[in-house]
Amino acid sequence: MAIAKLALENGLVFTGTAFGATGQRDGEVCFNTSMTGYQEILTDPSYYGQIVTMTYPLIGNYGINADDAESAKPWLSGFVCRELSRIVSNYRHTQKLEDFLAEHGIIGLQGVDTRAIVLATRSQGAMKGILSTTDLDDDSLVAKAKASPGLVGRDVAREVMPTETRSWSECNADEWRFLQGIQTSSHAKHVVAMDFGMKWNIARCLAETGCKVTVVPGSTPAAEIMAHRPDGVFISNGPGDPEPLTYAIDSIQQMLGKVPIFGICLGHQLIGQALGGKTFKLKFGHRGANQPVLNQLTGRVEITTQNHGFAVDPATLPDAVVPTHINLNDQTLEGLRHRDLPVFSVQYHPEASAGPHDSQYLFGDFVEMMDKHPVR
Amino acid sequence: MPKRTDIKKILIIGSGPIIIGQACEFDYSGSQACKALREEGYEIVLVNSNPATIMTDPERSDRTYIEPLTVEVLTKIIEKERPDALLPTLGGQTALNLGFDLFNEGVLTRFGVEMIGANAEAIAKAEGRDLFKKTVQAIGLELPHSAIVRTMEEARAARDEVGLPCVLRPAFTLGGTGGGIAYNRDEYDEIISRGLELSPIHEVLVEESVIGWKEFEMEVMRDHADNVVIICAIENFDPMGVHTGDSITVAPAQTLTDKEYQRMRDASLRIIRAIGVETGGSNIQFAINPDDGRMVVIEMNPRVSRSSALASKATGFPIAKIAAKLAVGYRLDELRNDITRETPACFEPTIDYVVTKVPRFTFEKFPDTPITLTTSMKSIGEAMAIGRTFKESLQKALRSMETGHFGLGCSRGDRFGTDRYPDRDEIIQKLVTPNPYRIWAIRYGLLSGMTLEEIHEKTKIDKWFLENIKELVDFEVEKLRTIKRLEDAPADLIREAKKLGYSDRQLAYLWNTTEFHIRRHRTDLGIVPVFRLVDTCAAEFEAYTPYYYSTYDGTIDETRLDPTKKRVMILGGGPNRIGQGIEFDYCCCHAAYALQEEGYESIMVNSNPETVSTDYDTSDHLFFEPLTVEDVLNVYERMKPVGVIVQFGGQTPLNLARALEAAGVPIIGTSPDSIDLAEDRDRFQALLRRINLRQPDNGIARDASTAKTIAQQIGYPVLVRPSYVLGGRAMRVVYDESQLENYVEKALYASPDQSLLIDRFLEDATEVDVDAISDGNKTLVCGVMEHIEEAGIHSGDSACALPPYSLSAELVGRIKEQAYALARELKVIGLMNIQFAVKDGEIYVLEVNPRASRTVPFVSKTTGIPIPKLAAKLMVGRTLDEIGFTTEPSPKHISVKESSFPFVRFPGVDIILGPEMRSTGEVMGIDEDFAMAFAKSQLAVKTMLPKTGKIFMSFADRDKPAGAKLAEQFHQLGFEILSTPGTAKVIRESGVPVTQILKVQQGRPNIIDYMKNDEVGLIVNTPSGPGARDDERKIRGEAVARGVACVTTLAAARVVVQSIHALQTREMDVRALQDWYKLASPS
Repeated sequence: MAIAKLALENGLVFTGTAFGATGQRDGEVCFNTSMTGYQEILTDPSYYGQIVTMTYPLIGNYGINADDAESAKPWLSGFVCRELSRIVSNYRHTQKLEDFLAEHGIIGLQGVDTRAIVLATRSQGAMKGILSTTDLDDDSLVAKAKASPGLVGRDVAREVMPTETRSWSECNADEWRFLQGIQTSSHAKHVVAMDFGMKWNIARCLAETGCKVTVVPGSTPAAEIMAHRPDGVFISNGPGDPEPLTYAIDSIQQMLGKVPIFGICLGHQLIGQALGGKTFKLKFGHRGANQPVLNQLTGRVEITTQNHGFAVDPATLPDAVVPTHINLNDQTLEGLRHRDLPVFSVQYHPEASAGPHDSQYLFGDFVEMMDKHPVR
Repeated sequence: MPKRTDIKKILIIGSGPIIIGQACEFDYSGSQACKALREEGYEIVLVNSNPATIMTDPERSDRTYIEPLTVEVLTKIIEKERPDALLPTLGGQTALNLGFDLFNEGVLTRFGVEMIGANAEAIAKAEGRDLFKKTVQAIGLELPHSAIVRTMEEARAARDEVGLPCVLRPAFTLGGTGGGIAYNRDEYDEIISRGLELSPIHEVLVEESVIGWKEFEMEVMRDHADNVVIICAIENFDPMGVHTGDSITVAPAQTLTDKEYQRMRDASLRIIRAIGVETGGSNIQFAINPDDGRMVVIEMNPRVSRSSALASKATGFPIAKIAAKLAVGYRLDELRNDITRETPACFEPTIDYVVTKVPRFTFEKFPDTPITLTTSMKSIGEAMAIGRTFKESLQKALRSMETGHFGLGCSRGDRFGTDRYPDRDEIIQKLVTPNPYRIWAIRYGLLSGMTLEEIHEKTKIDKWFLENIKELVDFEVEKLRTIKRLEDAPADLIREAKKLGYSDRQLAYLWNTTEFHIRRHRTDLGIVPVFRLVDTCAAEFEAYTPYYYSTYDGTIDETRLDPTKKRVMILGGGPNRIGQGIEFDYCCCHAAYALQEEGYESIMVNSNPETVSTDYDTSDHLFFEPLTVEDVLNVYERMKPVGVIVQFGGQTPLNLARALEAAGVPIIGTSPDSIDLAEDRDRFQALLRRINLRQPDNGIARDASTAKTIAQQIGYPVLVRPSYVLGGRAMRVVYDESQLENYVEKALYASPDQSLLIDRFLEDATEVDVDAISDGNKTLVCGVMEHIEEAGIHSGDSACALPPYSLSAELVGRIKEQAYALARELKVIGLMNIQFAVKDGEIYVLEVNPRASRTVPFVSKTTGIPIPKLAAKLMVGRTLDEIGFTTEPSPKHISVKESSFPFVRFPGVDIILGPEMRSTGEVMGIDEDFAMAFAKSQLAVKTMLPKTGKIFMSFADRDKPAGAKLAEQFHQLGFEILSTPGTAKVIRESGVPVTQILKVQQGRPNIIDYMKNDEVGLIVNTPSGPGARDDERKIRGEAVARGVACVTTLAAARVVVQSIHALQTREMDVRALQDWYKLASPS
């Protein structure tokens, strides 16, 4: 088996064996603490530009299947785990993980001490890194990691958003349709989703609530969106720093109050900025499926899926914006709602996939908001 | 919402004696609950009949009752204590059932006691098969097709509907007792009729067989604000058909995609809500068809369980503690995660390692029972191990078992314990039918060229697990075995082997060298383990709780040493087994408490997830590691303790003492040499001669003919035992030469060093157990216990009384003198246990163990003195005077210890007591009066002594004269005596009226019919000698199955007479330990 190395900008180098593709790619090194769901993580466009380390050591056990993809391909820069399973054991699998990665040109690294990567990230914050099967010289790799562009200040959403508008009607197969007890509207609502790298399960969940969904590129101007005569606009997740996405913030600002708006993750950050708030980079982000979030409106705790490196600073938000959700681990803002305008958003992923389904009620809330605030 | 202030006093019920299906995990959960609720300022009333528990330590609760766990006794305690609330979810099935019964009988309402945690409605929904099924179906989840039957007729109809094979589960029984899988009609009828009897509500669930499906467990927690979290998902290595307690299990789940996992999570949340468990932990089991993913719900426990203890240890999340706090009103988000301090308890732990649990069986103790594993649990204990991969954790778990294996294969323990390589038929048979050796059979299957598919076909074990085993076997064959000697092994290969979990012992076996040679060699190469934290969060947050496991993955060690502190390491007892259980964990915990008081940091090393000792709160540093020389040395070298305590964990750490000492480890307390002196026959004999103490005549034999010669010299009967075995393994009283011939080969085989100890058997002698404590100069006897059954019955199985009930003060004085002399000679520092036999006023020394004994907790509870804690202080250099323990305790009350047996799990096994220990646990009865204390002890082990009615007597010939006297006494107490012809004749001739009935083989009606008709309340049957007759076995077997009190020795029968008399003449009353101690104190 070929040797592969992961070098971090702080000089740490991890040597293991390669799987999937060969070559060399840089990216921001992050870790995800989910014990299941590597396929969803791999195909989540929000991981664009990142080298993802799985904290759970055994990966690949159940292979890759047709149902669990969150986009058409993996977008991340590299994938690191402790041990890749030699076999696949699951009745749904169609492919082995390593073949999937090879097919899509993603380098995998296994056999390294992934906990050491987490410990380094925890103490020093998210670092730039490089994954290589070609250059195995430690000094050279560390230098390359240092010189790599990183994510801050870059509009990487541009790289993953679609170029065309299309309509979406696909739902999850009955067996995997988890959305429950959600009132669907009396007539089908039309939702236009601004796609900055949207996970498919968001679109599926919107469709499952009975909405007609039109997906537009995230760069679509407000006027064009409104021309679709939406009952509501959805702002999707996506990779990287929200700050450079001024075009999106402008669009959202123009639509505020005119149409109900719901945002997730990057969408939440963009809405926060559109409402006058600021975002900042977290030390090493939240990536996993066990993050406790307190819903301040209900007093209940939701176990949530998260994947973000930036967050909205609640102190920068105007008084008219109500913080609705708080992360119980570090007290960061996880959700907001405008006191008067029909707009709300969450930093975490109510569509889960991978992760718990505690927060799927938010899709129902969106439908309800569209019911209450018809667009004239 | 903060804690409730409308309740002040809470009653917590424990789980009683250790039995199969209910072991020390409930001491762990109950102790945590007591501590957590007292912290909150609640007054705690605790009831448990088991003295060998931390939870019954008088300082753990405000009021501690060691009393039988029955509705009547609990009612008395409730009446006396008037608690505001009852928490029934932390004491296993026993406490849950009791809570349910107390509610149903109106006791709780009468005294205004609120059930917290789970209410009666939730218990009924979760435990009643019918209600559970309806509730689960109503929320859209599937169960296996099933029917509930209450009669044989209903059962026949259900059989046609559900089809064979099918699974049968009696309702409300513990650990699946009485359940099983029926493959044919006969088996079906047999299990149904047994199940209907065993179920307290006479209900059996007949269920579609999902044998071979994948099995999962979810540990769920809920607070009263309806926040629900999953603490851990567990995947069973052994698929459906084997009780989860008997399965190898792995955390987290390994073969589920996120969608499949979340579907199960959603189902778990819906179930806990629908069942209505308001607060606390529950365990829900699922089966998944591996071919199409169909998921069915198997069962739910609305309480903390064995699996929750495992989940707590596996993740670091203290389920019981949190459950207790939720029960008094806290919400999950109001409680902190102890480990991270910063983050709340309302989250789902994520782990970055793999946990493997392996069950420990004791089938060798019950040779008459098949070794097949079914849905009825049979294992006695378990070990858990943590590694970064499944392979590493599996190998660590296997070497934690102490069954002669040091990992998967490559050790002397190979080949199912024989010298013969298994043939294909044997391998296949052991693959197809679940049994304790299946894991080895998989290895042999692979070695013999079977493919993964073939093995999967035969075992239905998921291919992912099999593949991991195959990787180990491939590595062994392709890499390790291609090298002939250590010196030829490249460093990378050794490193790889260590990462895969191979022990030095395995490598030494393969490369024909010693463990220490391997150790030195790899240490020189820098191949050493690192210790990692169990932190609930995969390192996302900093962890403050020093709970560690070792791995060869990487170089970062996370242990933190305070250079200003001195540390002492305590070695625990490993997996529970017969002969070594909770008593030793009790001692280890006390050692940790003592060290903290003395200003040392304690380091605990243990592999048993059920225990209080492996609670991260118990010691300053917890290492969840196998108790092998290698693993212990690793901890030692990293932590550099000033001393290591080996005398508290039972035989396990003692077995390591010599090797550890040789490696330079400072063993504190009594020296390993003294331990050896007490165990080595010749050295010990010389010692006794020197100080003029007697022992029964004896000799050592290494072959059959010497054994015969020695036995002849000593004179029959003789007591024969293999040396170096635990719990009297294969020990027997032999009455003549032909018996000796039959037995000798088997006994030689059972001995690790192929030698037999042969003692003169002292017939009808009284056995006495003494626990003493010594600081090296001064010795105090803490307790002299008189056994109720005569010598020859294993001391662990015999009932005993403290203080003695029939020995004279003069004799007790002489016994104490001998104890002092022995302590002096053995230079004991710490604890010592001595077994004496007294015959015709003469005292014989049977055995001396310079270590903590099984009876230490019993003595501690009786006297109110925490003996192991004091002993630990002596071991770090204090004197008895310094710690203020200067007078021997002399309690005014009397305590009786009785043993509980697992016979109901092993149908067909004869219950007569002998030199081989077979009990799994113990209870204590305490009263002013010996007879009542004994009666309490019987009630506590569910032996219901009758006050009136018919009793049955049948005696061996030699017992007949004494038996007639007994009959007279029973007659005077108003009993009608039934007897078979021989015994009846003797009784009649002595002038006592007797009803003669047929012997079992003579025809009917016989005693079995009487038992079946509930017409007889007590069986007194002394076995007619070794190789007991068939009909006697049948009688005793029936008594066990029907719960009829059965006494098999004259000694016990005599005490039973006294106890029945006591029960007839006065009420059994209850008193808290705190009150007993007050009475006993001199003021």
